[in-house]
Amino acid sequence: MNRYYWILGAFAALVALLAVGLGLNPRDVPSPLVGKPAPAFNLTVLATPDKTFGPKDMAGKVWLLNVWSSWCVSCRAEHPVLVEFGKKVSVPLIGLNYKEVRGDGGFDMSKMAAEDEKKLAFERANAWLSQHGDPYKLTVMDLDGRVGIDYGVYGVPETYVIDKAGVIRMKHTGPITPDVLGQKILPLLAELNK
Amino acid sequence: MNIRALIAVFIFATFFGSTATNASSTTEAALAADPVAEKRLQHLSEELRCLVCQNQTIADSNAELAQDLRREIRGMIKDGRSDKEIIDFMVVRYGDFVLYRPPVKGITLLLWGGPVALMLLGLVVLIRYLRRRATRIADDQPLSADETSRADALLKENTQK
Repeated sequence: MNRYYWILGAFAALVALLAVGLGLNPRDVPSPLVGKPAPAFNLTVLATPDKTFGPKDMAGKVWLLNVWSSWCVSCRAEHPVLVEFGKKVSVPLIGLNYKEVRGDGGFDMSKMAAEDEKKLAFERANAWLSQHGDPYKLTVMDLDGRVGIDYGVYGVPETYVIDKAGVIRMKHTGPITPDVLGQKILPLLAELNK
Repeated sequence: MNIRALIAVFIFATFFGSTATNASSTTEAALAADPVAEKRLQHLSEELRCLVCQNQTIADSNAELAQDLRREIRGMIKDGRSDKEIIDFMVVRYGDFVLYRPPVKGITLLLWGGPVALMLLGLVVLIRYLRRRATRIADDQPLSADETSRADALLKENTQK
């Protein structure tokens, strides 16, 4: 009789292990960038194409970097949360537009000149922001996704919390839900701004 | 040409043809001018996981990100960077998860040691079972004289029929 309890126990342990495993999100890959300085970049600003912006311009401030694109469906889902955030919270939110044109998949990039891509990207990004609201202090344009690679972007939207020293303190992959914002991001921002 | 040679040529052509199309699909607009670099790219990208379709290597995946990363690796090969530098470049950005063969360290100990531990556990259980069985057999008493004669009688009865 005793050994049946044993087998039952082992089975229960297996079920528990699998249940925990199924509950995990395989997309949620821990970023090695957390705790490291935010990679430098120098990209054109969407609203003022004659100017560039980089993380060094935010030195001494706690800020958020949100990676988005007009072709990204989940970005549209999270956007109202960001718009609401922009109205209520004074922490600057910087947008990083990721591969606006070439990420879309609907264009044959071998037939498009760099100038045309840039023009189209700015048009599309501006149109999207005027349609859905613009919570960003400013948005920079990562046309070829090179900066995205430095930030380990693999699924837009992604959001980074960067502290006063320019160190990445948190990375969230996927759309920001009110829960994520309220339970993870806002408390962290409050702590960093203390 | 006999039929066997023909078959051999056919098999060789199919195999070679399939690997050739495979290579061209993963290297896009190609850079076949430098076969050594392409070979390194192929080798490196087979070691790296694509984060978009997580069960595919960067070599196999046709996801946007995999294409970008292949472009990135190609650039680094052109710049004369070593394999280790290129792999490190990926790990710094995407973590050990990009490696199809993650390094042995604290957090990956279960991953590497798990199968060995399970096999050892199985061996222990097996050995214990075999030992117990052996003592049980040894404990079995041989038949007594009375039992032997009865068994003989039964056997005889069976063969007479």
